[in-house]
Amino acid sequence: MSERAPHQQPALQVREAARGSLTTYVTGFSLSLVLTLIAYMAVSRQLLSKDILVGTIIILAVAQLVVQMVFFLHLGSESKPRWNITAFLFMLMVLSILVFGSLWIMHNLNYHMHGAPGMQTDQYIMQDEGVHL
Amino acid sequence: MKSVAVSPEIQQEVYAKTTFGFWVYIMTDCILFATLFATFAVLHGNTFGGPGGKELFSLPFVLAETLILLTSSFTCGLALLAMHRAAKQQVMFWLLVTFVLGALFLALELHEFTNLVHEGNSWRRSAFLSSFFTLVGTHGLHITAGLLWIAVLGVRLVRRGFSAATVRGLTLFSLFWHFLDVVWIFIFTIVYLLGAVSI
Repeated sequence: MSERAPHQQPALQVREAARGSLTTYVTGFSLSLVLTLIAYMAVSRQLLSKDILVGTIIILAVAQLVVQMVFFLHLGSESKPRWNITAFLFMLMVLSILVFGSLWIMHNLNYHMHGAPGMQTDQYIMQDEGVHL
Repeated sequence: MKSVAVSPEIQQEVYAKTTFGFWVYIMTDCILFATLFATFAVLHGNTFGGPGGKELFSLPFVLAETLILLTSSFTCGLALLAMHRAAKQQVMFWLLVTFVLGALFLALELHEFTNLVHEGNSWRRSAFLSSFFTLVGTHGLHITAGLLWIAVLGVRLVRRGFSAATVRGLTLFSLFWHFLDVVWIFIFTIVYLLGAVSI
């Protein structure tokens, strides 16, 4: 079986914008590399105060999410109707409800139980169950 | 070879629908990871008197894992670009590089897991470690599935060349592999980096 020439392969003829080019992949890779190393350096050197550090590395992670979505997964370059990005935004909404909702509820639960965060709840359970370490 | 008399427009339409269907699967997989991230976020302080992330994880080791997976995501993109040029040898080469890097990542992750278990810090140690092993282990299982997929695609490519099924498979695989790297960014940030900062 011989290989067919590219112009005979309908499946290969994807729209130019939706598949990216060497430039988009190299840009995405370089930006991701830089963002990863900045986040790593910030934590390993402990240059910032704790609260600012936490905020900074979360922002860096979200920035890298955007970079990879645009340059690797080509989100936003599809033609109308934009179902890919619609599905993505809906996923983000469900994700936010799940993650922030869980944290919110569990924080309140810890608070109402003993006025204590998770670690103190552990102490309570250990006492209650007679666990000695 | 049997040629199907379908117009390029219809082929393009079917191709776009397949890609979208797979995209929807990836979005639901994101929800799966969101539940595991939520569990980890709630339980990360519940160490039950045992060690927390700061004591357990080695940041340089995890940085190495991260860079390996990021590079494999990039080489997977290069394989896709080579496919659009219909350069079979280059596709094979970049797929092989992606496979080797992915296997290396998985080996490092298993090494970390076995070390933790040998030191008595398995998933049975605390709620924190249960949620850690579930989250990172689920990602590792996805990577394993991805490695099997590359192997199957490689064999198909050698035997049948650029058939419509192979081209479709490669396109969907690249979506899957990039998605796994995106999930890893958040595991790296939330589990390892934030673990080293807090507690």
